[in-house]
Amino acid sequence: MAMNEQDILAGLGKIVNEITGIPASEVSPEKSFVDDLDIDSLSMVEIAVAAQDEFGVEIPDDQLKHLKTVKDVISFIQN
Amino acid sequence: MSTDRVRVVVTGLGATTPLGGDVASTWSALLAGRTGIRTINADWIDSVPVKFGAEAAVDPLDVLPRPEARRLDRAEQFALIAARQAWIDAGTPKVESDRLGVVVGSGIGGITTILAAYDTFKEKGWTRLSPFTVPMLMPNGAAGWIGIEFGATAGVHATVSACATGAESIGYGIEMIRTGRADVVVAGGTEAAIHPLNVGSFAAMRAMSTRNDEPERASRPFDKARDGFVLGEGSGIVVLESEEHALARGARIYAVAAGVGYSADAHHIAQPEPTGAGIMLAMRRALANADLAPEDIRHINAHATSTPAGDVVETVAVKEVIGTHPLVTATKSMTGHLLGGAGGIESVFTILALNERIVPPTVNLDDLDDGIEVDIVRGEPRELPQGQLAAINNSFGFGGHNVAVAFTTA
Repeated sequence: MAMNEQDILAGLGKIVNEITGIPASEVSPEKSFVDDLDIDSLSMVEIAVAAQDEFGVEIPDDQLKHLKTVKDVISFIQN
Repeated sequence: MSTDRVRVVVTGLGATTPLGGDVASTWSALLAGRTGIRTINADWIDSVPVKFGAEAAVDPLDVLPRPEARRLDRAEQFALIAARQAWIDAGTPKVESDRLGVVVGSGIGGITTILAAYDTFKEKGWTRLSPFTVPMLMPNGAAGWIGIEFGATAGVHATVSACATGAESIGYGIEMIRTGRADVVVAGGTEAAIHPLNVGSFAAMRAMSTRNDEPERASRPFDKARDGFVLGEGSGIVVLESEEHALARGARIYAVAAGVGYSADAHHIAQPEPTGAGIMLAMRRALANADLAPEDIRHINAHATSTPAGDVVETVAVKEVIGTHPLVTATKSMTGHLLGGAGGIESVFTILALNERIVPPTVNLDDLDDGIEVDIVRGEPRELPQGQLAAINNSFGFGGHNVAVAFTTA
């Protein structure tokens, strides 16, 4: 069963806040992790690992580099 | 000696130590003769023969935001906290990026990170390692983070010389400014090594005090009954600046960082050379480098770690090179031994002693050991006279490193 977009967004917001200190409210679907949220590639790895634990999906490295925006991650997790 | 050389001054001080989370609280505790050494309450304590240490008075996790702290080793956390204090204390100097340098080292580096990461690796595999593991464990990590914080592009360096690290870093910083590579340098040392492996390893060398029934009495440099050093943690950082740069911006000047002397024992990897020849050479070179005469030196912050082997020979070297007139103190009697952080905090103490003309005491010195003929400040602080004064901070490290940093009143 596909997860609800709002629930994933809320979960991602929590993870991003925990790892980077960025307020969860700033983690909105259209934001780019690098360009808008100023998150570096090392922190992206941490976020991806935390997201795998939280949502129970594997995010392979070759996929991770294509996940530019919050929306990209939500879609990946949903599918 | 050249007289047209760039003069280097100290304009900022920062520290987080077993006595306090900043310079002011640490300094007042030192003058009051208070100790930062106490029983360690950790789940691993039963596995080691030493049950006490000098843990930082303020946990860096209570100071730094969590997202920042989680990507920093504890040694890096201490250094960044102390560096920020020193930078603010210096009045947040405006300096061109390529005229600002950093020299901050650690004796051991991010060892608690290494060991915890290896546990994670064995239990959960490589994918669960923090992507910050490498920058957390590398001994130049603290210098790197501080350089990023202040935008220092003139050069970011990390000297490593065990317990001489902090003093060597400050010496290197003085040289960076003198040789024209920078106008301002953030310099000092840091350490966070209170971990059972380190305690066990130092205990295996029989280097640590095992006075478990009275930890506050365990660090007793120069005392006949001393039985080893006490492991401490924390960081001490100074802001060094060319006098010209400091005067141009109207900075407060604590003291002049007058010079540094280095030498090596080339004798034994961990034991002091018994005649003190290396220590004498470092102090002689510090005098020459600072253009000072032995009689100018009125205070010495001794390395004196409270080990049976080291303390007396240092005083013999002081008597030989400087004389018996300086007020000598061993602040490790209260802070414990911060290893790579020691030269950092002890330079801060030496600078404050000159600036406030008062020398903190050596505590726990009940029965002066045989062969010590220098004037040790015991029990209570003692005042330094008015007029132009100089002082030396000695730091020595495993590997045979000897560093003497000379400061004078502003």
